[in-house]
Amino acid sequence: MSALRIYVPGDAAAVACGADDIAAAIQSSAARRKIDVEIVRNGSRGLHWLEPLLEVTVDSRRIGYGPVALADVDSVLDAMINAGGEHALRVGAPEELPFLKKQTRLTFARCGIVDPRSLADFCLHGGYKGLERALANPAGIIEEVVQSGLRGRGGAGFPTGIKWKTVGETGASQKYIVCNADEGDSGTFADRMIMEGDPFVLIEGMTIAGIAVGATKGFIYIRSEYPHAVAVLNDAIRAARRGGMLGKNFAGSRYEFDLEVRVGAGAYVCGEETSLLESLEGKRGQVRAKPPLPAHKGLFGKPTVINNVLSLASVPVILEKGAAFYRDFGMGKSRGTMPIQLAGNIKYGGLFETAFGITLGELVDGIGGGTATGRPVRAVQVGGPLGAYFPRALFDTPFDYEAFAKRDGLIGHGGIVVFDDSVDMAKQARFAMEFCAIESCGKCTPCRIGSTRGVETIDRIISGEARDTNIAVLEDLCNTMKFGSLCALGGFTPYPVMSALTHFPEDFAAPPQIQAAE
Amino acid sequence: MQKNHQWDSQRARAIIAEHQDREGPLLPILHALQEEFGYIDREAEPIIADALNISRAEVHGVVTFYHDFREKPAGRHVLKLCRAEACQAAGGDALAAQAQARLGVRLGNTTADGQVTVEAVYCLGLCSVSPSAMLDGRIVGRLDEKKLDRLLAEAAR
Repeated sequence: MSALRIYVPGDAAAVACGADDIAAAIQSSAARRKIDVEIVRNGSRGLHWLEPLLEVTVDSRRIGYGPVALADVDSVLDAMINAGGEHALRVGAPEELPFLKKQTRLTFARCGIVDPRSLADFCLHGGYKGLERALANPAGIIEEVVQSGLRGRGGAGFPTGIKWKTVGETGASQKYIVCNADEGDSGTFADRMIMEGDPFVLIEGMTIAGIAVGATKGFIYIRSEYPHAVAVLNDAIRAARRGGMLGKNFAGSRYEFDLEVRVGAGAYVCGEETSLLESLEGKRGQVRAKPPLPAHKGLFGKPTVINNVLSLASVPVILEKGAAFYRDFGMGKSRGTMPIQLAGNIKYGGLFETAFGITLGELVDGIGGGTATGRPVRAVQVGGPLGAYFPRALFDTPFDYEAFAKRDGLIGHGGIVVFDDSVDMAKQARFAMEFCAIESCGKCTPCRIGSTRGVETIDRIISGEARDTNIAVLEDLCNTMKFGSLCALGGFTPYPVMSALTHFPEDFAAPPQIQAAE
Repeated sequence: MQKNHQWDSQRARAIIAEHQDREGPLLPILHALQEEFGYIDREAEPIIADALNISRAEVHGVVTFYHDFREKPAGRHVLKLCRAEACQAAGGDALAAQAQARLGVRLGNTTADGQVTVEAVYCLGLCSVSPSAMLDGRIVGRLDEKKLDRLLAEAAR
């Protein structure tokens, strides 16, 4: 009889909930019973309230159990041996769960399913089909990406294909592909999940970008807070090299492309593309003024494609299935799918990939099930620390770049952080300014000084000192930061601040005067 | 437990030499030095500057720009508490207060006995299993009072 195949996610969210100890416990429990098991450390399916979500293969189907605690290991293993039998934690086939069933998984098609360190498993599940089509018609790659309507998933939403076209048209002896994996926004973890769960799809996407624009070298800049992603990606790059899918004449082609992982050093601002390039060059991560665009003068002054992980990881499916297939999902100018991340105080948190157009309310209440504490949802912050706080009154906003912009918000990198009614929105506004002050690169004055003045002004408002005057000062300050900052850090910090003030003015009211005892 | 070697300029030179031919070598060098010694000794700066043919001020500017690089050794244990929004939404503020009260130091500091450094981190990417923390590189999600107490006890050993 062949070994019992058991999946124990190696994704950081599962590991943070004890998956490593559980994998070890299964190994020793199986050894005690003299059962042959094969443990696969897959990525996460994205149903994070069920993590660690273990799965067993039974008759080529997978049966899940979760969330598994160390104390459950023996009984879960019993159930698994018993043909994936009953157990209090049994959830059945994961893909039949509504949370997964309602999704459209294009970018995350393989995440949680494959062994992320196995090139063979990747290929077995349709990997490198996009590259195959790209190699069949290299001159058509850029047009395919343009036609797909893919926009930068890092937050800016700039058309990916246009970026590539500019780099492709710029003559140079050396060009670079840089992957921005400095996913620093609170409430986001999609980059981390894809790097830990399906790293080859990112390698494939970057390879295709290399062919398209004539670059031979790529860098993946990963934040240092993601050691698991760094490890998996380094293993995957080595496996791709060994398998002839990176390096000179990869995949038997006439092209050359290789990759290197670089680790950041805890600076949030390095998620801004020009600051990231400075950091890669070994400098302080200070923002560059544009122009010149990175597409003309990027890394080491050479033409550079710099894209977010999700943008690059979406390229293989676009090349494989064609621009029209991808473009047919979505609404307005937001085409394709978005891996949305449900986080914070939420009952069903995790990764939900779906076509653009789903409403915020459907995501928070319908898919996410409201708060984990069971209290009413009061506010959600969409798009990270630079994104606006939305009240329930705006829950009809469709997930779409333009629809959010119209309501003075942004979708950013697709993170949604849910807060219940115990949240103090003046405190959240203060934190937005404080965070900007901590992380400002210091290059431009509105961000460097404005953020500190912002904290002080909000403190005055909270303490009830000349409230109306100070609110006017705060509004003025936000205006200066919004229009006078070099990059999105100073430029977007006003979003959380002003949205908190606009939608939750009651939290900025002067505290009740306590009468001194006579 | 952090296990680092004593500062040794000869060893530092060897580490720098290992990386100096890479494209944009400064961050990899600083990471490697901190991995070895636990911090970036001030003496390393002129050595790096010399090897990379840049000014000492440029090296110092980079060391001080990034939150990760330490200018002096950390405590024997490093506890990082995520203080970003997703963890705030799930009760992270109270946990940060608990940790600071128990350790008797504010975030960003080391206990007087040199046992624990406690720091804020802005997002570990564990926002769906928040609040989260990291003790000596080990990540912990769904942090609550009890789990934090266990981490603090572990760090006290």
